[in-house]
Amino acid sequence: MTSIYKSSEPTISTFNTPYYKPQLVEGVESVLVIGSGGLSIGQAGEFDYSGSQAIKALKEAKKKTILINPNIATNQTSHSLADKIYYLPVTPEYITYIIERERPDAILLTFGGQTGLNCGVALDKMGVLKKYNIKVLGTPIKTLEMTEDRDLFAQALTEINIPIATSFACETIDDALKAADEVGYPVIVRSAYALGGLGSGFSNNGDELRELAAQSLSLSPQILVEKSLKGWKEVEYEVVRDRVDNCITVCNMENLDPLGIHTGDSIVFAPSQTLSDEEYHMLRSAAIKIIRHLGVIGECNVQYALQPDGLDYRVIEVNARLSRSSALASKATGYPLAYTAAKIGLGYTLPELPNPITKTTVANFEPSLDYIVAKIPKWDLSKFQYVNRDIGSAMKSVGEVMAIGRNFEEAYQKALRQVDPSFLGFQGSNEFGDKLDEALASATDRRALAVGQALLHENYTIERVHELTKIDSWFLQKCMNIVRMYKQLEAVNSLDALEKDLLRNAKKLGFSDKQIAISISKDSKTVGELEVRKLRKSFDIIPFVKRIDTLAAEFPANTNYLYTTYNAIKSDVEFDDNGMLVLGSGVYRIGSSVEFDWCAVNTAKTLREQGKKTVMINYNPETVSTDFDEVDRLYFEELSFERVMDIYELENSEGCVISVGGQLPQNIALKLYENGCNTLGTNPNDIDNAENRHKFSSILDSINVGQPDWTEVTSIEEAKLFSRRVTYPVLVRPSYVLSGAAMSVVNSEHELEDKLTLASDVSPDHPVVLSKFIEGAEEIDVDAVAYNGQVLVHAISEHVENAGVHSGDATLILPPQTLSEETKAALKDIAHRVAHAWKITGPFNMQVIKDGDKLKVIECNIRASRSFPFVSKVLGVNFIEIAVKACLGGDKVPEPVDLMAKKYNYVATKVPQFSFTRLAGADPYLGVEMASTGEVASFGTNALESYWTAIQSTLNFHVPLPPSGILFGGDVKKDFLGEVIKSVSNLGFNFYVANEEVKKYLQSYTDENISVIEFPKNDKRKLREVFQKYDIKAVFNLAAKRAENTLDEDYVMRRNAIDFAIPLFNEPQTAILFAKSLKAKLAEKIKILESNDVIVPEEVRSWEEYVGFRPV
Amino acid sequence: MTQEKATFTIKNGPTFEGISFGAKKSVAGEAVFTTSLVGYPESMTDPSYCGQILVFTQPLIGNYGVPSGTARDEFNLLRYFESPHIHVVGIIVAEYAYEYSHWTAVESLASWCQREGVAAVTGVDTREVITYLREQGSSLGRITLASQEPVEYSDPMSTNLVSKVTTREPFHVKALNSKCNIALIDCGVKENIIRCLTSRGANVTVFPYDYEIQNIASEFDGIFISNGPGDPTFCTKTVDNLKELLSIESLHGLPVFGICMGHQLLAMAAGAKIMKLKYGNRAHNIPAMDLTTGRCHITSQNHGYAIDDSTLKPDWKPFFVNLNDKSNEGMIHISRPVFSTQFHPEAKGGPMDSAILFDKYFENIDSFKLEKSNNLKLANTSTTINVDTLAVERVF
Repeated sequence: MTSIYKSSEPTISTFNTPYYKPQLVEGVESVLVIGSGGLSIGQAGEFDYSGSQAIKALKEAKKKTILINPNIATNQTSHSLADKIYYLPVTPEYITYIIERERPDAILLTFGGQTGLNCGVALDKMGVLKKYNIKVLGTPIKTLEMTEDRDLFAQALTEINIPIATSFACETIDDALKAADEVGYPVIVRSAYALGGLGSGFSNNGDELRELAAQSLSLSPQILVEKSLKGWKEVEYEVVRDRVDNCITVCNMENLDPLGIHTGDSIVFAPSQTLSDEEYHMLRSAAIKIIRHLGVIGECNVQYALQPDGLDYRVIEVNARLSRSSALASKATGYPLAYTAAKIGLGYTLPELPNPITKTTVANFEPSLDYIVAKIPKWDLSKFQYVNRDIGSAMKSVGEVMAIGRNFEEAYQKALRQVDPSFLGFQGSNEFGDKLDEALASATDRRALAVGQALLHENYTIERVHELTKIDSWFLQKCMNIVRMYKQLEAVNSLDALEKDLLRNAKKLGFSDKQIAISISKDSKTVGELEVRKLRKSFDIIPFVKRIDTLAAEFPANTNYLYTTYNAIKSDVEFDDNGMLVLGSGVYRIGSSVEFDWCAVNTAKTLREQGKKTVMINYNPETVSTDFDEVDRLYFEELSFERVMDIYELENSEGCVISVGGQLPQNIALKLYENGCNTLGTNPNDIDNAENRHKFSSILDSINVGQPDWTEVTSIEEAKLFSRRVTYPVLVRPSYVLSGAAMSVVNSEHELEDKLTLASDVSPDHPVVLSKFIEGAEEIDVDAVAYNGQVLVHAISEHVENAGVHSGDATLILPPQTLSEETKAALKDIAHRVAHAWKITGPFNMQVIKDGDKLKVIECNIRASRSFPFVSKVLGVNFIEIAVKACLGGDKVPEPVDLMAKKYNYVATKVPQFSFTRLAGADPYLGVEMASTGEVASFGTNALESYWTAIQSTLNFHVPLPPSGILFGGDVKKDFLGEVIKSVSNLGFNFYVANEEVKKYLQSYTDENISVIEFPKNDKRKLREVFQKYDIKAVFNLAAKRAENTLDEDYVMRRNAIDFAIPLFNEPQTAILFAKSLKAKLAEKIKILESNDVIVPEEVRSWEEYVGFRPV
Repeated sequence: MTQEKATFTIKNGPTFEGISFGAKKSVAGEAVFTTSLVGYPESMTDPSYCGQILVFTQPLIGNYGVPSGTARDEFNLLRYFESPHIHVVGIIVAEYAYEYSHWTAVESLASWCQREGVAAVTGVDTREVITYLREQGSSLGRITLASQEPVEYSDPMSTNLVSKVTTREPFHVKALNSKCNIALIDCGVKENIIRCLTSRGANVTVFPYDYEIQNIASEFDGIFISNGPGDPTFCTKTVDNLKELLSIESLHGLPVFGICMGHQLLAMAAGAKIMKLKYGNRAHNIPAMDLTTGRCHITSQNHGYAIDDSTLKPDWKPFFVNLNDKSNEGMIHISRPVFSTQFHPEAKGGPMDSAILFDKYFENIDSFKLEKSNNLKLANTSTTINVDTLAVERVF
């Protein structure tokens, strides 16, 4: 294949010189950009950042951009960026339809994660790119294939004498066992073409390998078995190459955790801290040699294992695309990797591009950092039942934080608090008991706490912790500096005795005011955070603000990318902007992700349009809000009361927006307000009245808004009486929680007792609010914006699932399809009453249950909700823009509009994206704890069509096609499963069940033959063979409750559907909806797939075409 | 650990407070900075830093300790250092790592500084220092221990630093499988420059900077002019020698390669002018473009002076240009195998992108040797230097 670039010879064309004469790819007017879809473990917000930067770069070059991405909450799916947007499945099939329709000149494949890359490789294989004569910008397909196929890759590296861990490509379990015997145990298993190390793991012996290989081979046709290098250092380089072979390494990063833990699950520091010049440059040179040999044009990431006591090393992996690491490297250095890679794709060379940070120097340089960056992953494993908490070669974290400091201690402690605001910083935990050595030796999501426990409380030496963890002693030595400071603080008798120097030194080591307060508190006298703050300020100990400028202050650079530190004597910036603070969402976790980043970015945008200077505070490297060009000033900082107040005071801010970043900013709103911060919008005291359950329910009663039966109790007896009266299940919200989640559903008196004695306290001092937990009723989401208690806009979305499934896991349909005009009017009335009662100005969200004909409010959040981007984009009205204008007040406040009174000739459906595949063992069951990691949405002319498209938009979803098999299981007491089989009967599928009982039940709903198949619960390999034998391509398992244990047949069925990458429907209403969609759409699908011509299905229409105009 | 306070003062500028962790000694020198992320042992032993107080922008220094200063490689060159001793008079860091961890380390940075009599200060807002220094250009500075009186400012640039660091007598380093002989003019050569030559098969004879190289040049297959500290205008003797060398017609085919100071001296010999830069270049991340090919290299640099491109004589053309400040980074003769670079292709520390220039130099040597063997006039007729009688390492 000939290159799309005319020349690979360099010229002296350089930015800002008379010789500037770029040779760009010709004949490219329109570019199709492939997004990454719903957020999932291993593929999250970083691709919103990279795609957005790529689109910005294309826009600058005046290219028309067409974007496919069903992730409606992203920033990139906005008309302020892309020219055309398709909320469709990121699959070769749908991309082909778009290509047929749009005829783009070129395509960008490396900005949509592994999904985008896989699609690109597939489109090439299918001949689509050739047929439509589409140019692949940047790294050519051949290179992508080489980096994805481990054999080709190993061969390529051997050609240039770069050592790679010897690996054997295996396609069967027997091959894998043979390979392991060859290289010797322990071995690591990786699967080709898998994102985030999916299906990868370690095996110490044949039995372990057999099980792992079975699972991996179910996900990928080929696995690699190689010798494990556990205990070696893990180091990464981000490398950029242009078409004429200029190369730079933008950043290197060192994992605190030695090799063996997926880099996405590792604690990482940038730049490397324990490497000598010789090691650093040996690996840098190798990275450049690799990228040149492979022929990457754009960006690539090289991961190494480095011998801890010698100069031996191995290449672990090369990602020839933008990755999570490249997002981190971009934020860590300030160097916009995705933007640069996109420009390079167009044909620019590195010397032709300006460094966008300094604007005066060229992009062809390597950033120098005069600070240290810490990244810590965020796991949410406690949300899942039966999940394996070990972390290893397959990624399990759902988000990450990045902290910047001038020393290790400052950066690390900031990062630890960012991961979980309940952490003080570096600290221990007594959860390990006498298993501390184990907790240190085997990595889990809790290991950072185990290290803290060992060094802080158990008097472990650095040597011992190093022996157990293999963490380089340098990191542990630095942790000991924190330990010593704790001891010094603990020796201080009272706040008055806290000396200025000690306080300053503690701040230099990254101690928070709260951490200091708790350290000097005695049983007899506790010290509060605010007292420490007051003392600190009286000593004039305040943080300084430093710039990130990519070149360590070598040249003057007027950047707006900032962090705070106590290890300084002067700030880099002046504070005369009086900018408006916008608090971002912090770390992505289950329940809070890219939706709030969209809210934050749109808030800043609106504020700027209204002539305000903006100051963003956020610490999530996967976000667009932390991009250098989104706001006037960006603080990559903690979202704690302390730090926000520090910045507010330093900046002399005009005000602070607290209602767009989700729950995290909300939690500090009242404290900010009480300390003199001008919070915009609803008064934080009123917000608190909604957060406090007793006040909330009392107010609802007082304004005659319905809610489930509720009460506040001060004893177990009262709790029992109430629960018996309203009948179980009931929802328990303790005011004082000993451990675990704050709110829970109890199904019996026994559980109630447990909950109120073991996990929380109930007493006159700690009252508990109980309410009836309503199941089986329809649930509705209301998103709205109000001004001075008057609703300006509202949106009503119907849940497909009945109440009982967490609203974050629910499938939402907008506009609502089944609600009567009366119900809609009643909902509007409730919104007005609530807005009025809480004197709301700004965004709010309510969840309402339709219990018979009664509407009952179960939840109200006076802030922007997860569904704000969805409703804004579906209705074509930006709720955040209105909310910000409301917050600013005055004549900018728009007039109220009843968006629900309008008629819409389209429907949009938002469906959750789950990551169960990643969470080995976790029970794929939906309940009151949210489990989804992301969401996707699609449009259609009716609900069935939009759901049909949306469900196909979830990751790795394959529509079952006849004559494949469908497996049924679960609850036979209700009609749901029967309804499902009724809908999918006579479509040509084969029906299977695992026992006679289900067969008997189902047979009463269908005339079709149903076979009972063997179902080996203990043997995954056999079970896999069974699935293959019957060609099972979909599983409907509608269990009535969670599995009691891991041998539960329904659990095994659900879990293995996930492990074998087969679509699973585990909830009655969505199962029925899918069955109906399948029935409605299958014939058309088969016709399209069988056709030799490309027939574009009718759901393939752009956002603009659906809504009839171009909303932003 | 007894910690003594120390101050770092820039002449006519601010004073920064910190803690001493090096020798208990107050010192004065030229204050310069480097933005390199790694390589403090290499930088500190680089003779080019002679007399300077080096400020590191990388805030965490000392992490990997200090490797052996006596370990030697197969060429009897120092395994880890660029010369046997520290050449800076003092270092300023944001945060010194009192404990270190590395498999090559034999001591801490503090104990090394103490042994070598080098002042060291930690706890300084180095970013603030740089922000000041970059506007002042070169500045004099001093480190004063709390218990001591300040020493007078002294400008190392006003003295002939090269004469302090050059070898007193010639010495000879043998290649393992030698194929050619190179004469190296030592203005303060780094060990890795010699290694870059010996590892490519050259026996290297190192001469003091003012040695009359023109007299013995015909006995060698190539001439190399090393890096070195300070103001090149002090090396008039070397410039005169090089001028003469360049004018000997029978040696027009003799390959010459100069690095950093070597580049400047060669340029002066070729009639170009030197200027002092507003912002010196001391980093490992500087883009230099090869103007003959358009290829960009990320380079390691440490210099305060540069060649004024516009003063290059017609026989010469600019070879490399700095893409950040557009200053000259090298020159090349239009017809002869002579070139030089301002940056450090030998790295140590820093990136190794431009090591290919050594290959280019050796290609020149190969062609020259071939020419010599075909042309008896050029063949060595006599040898005046018996390398076996020379020292095998630097002579002080």
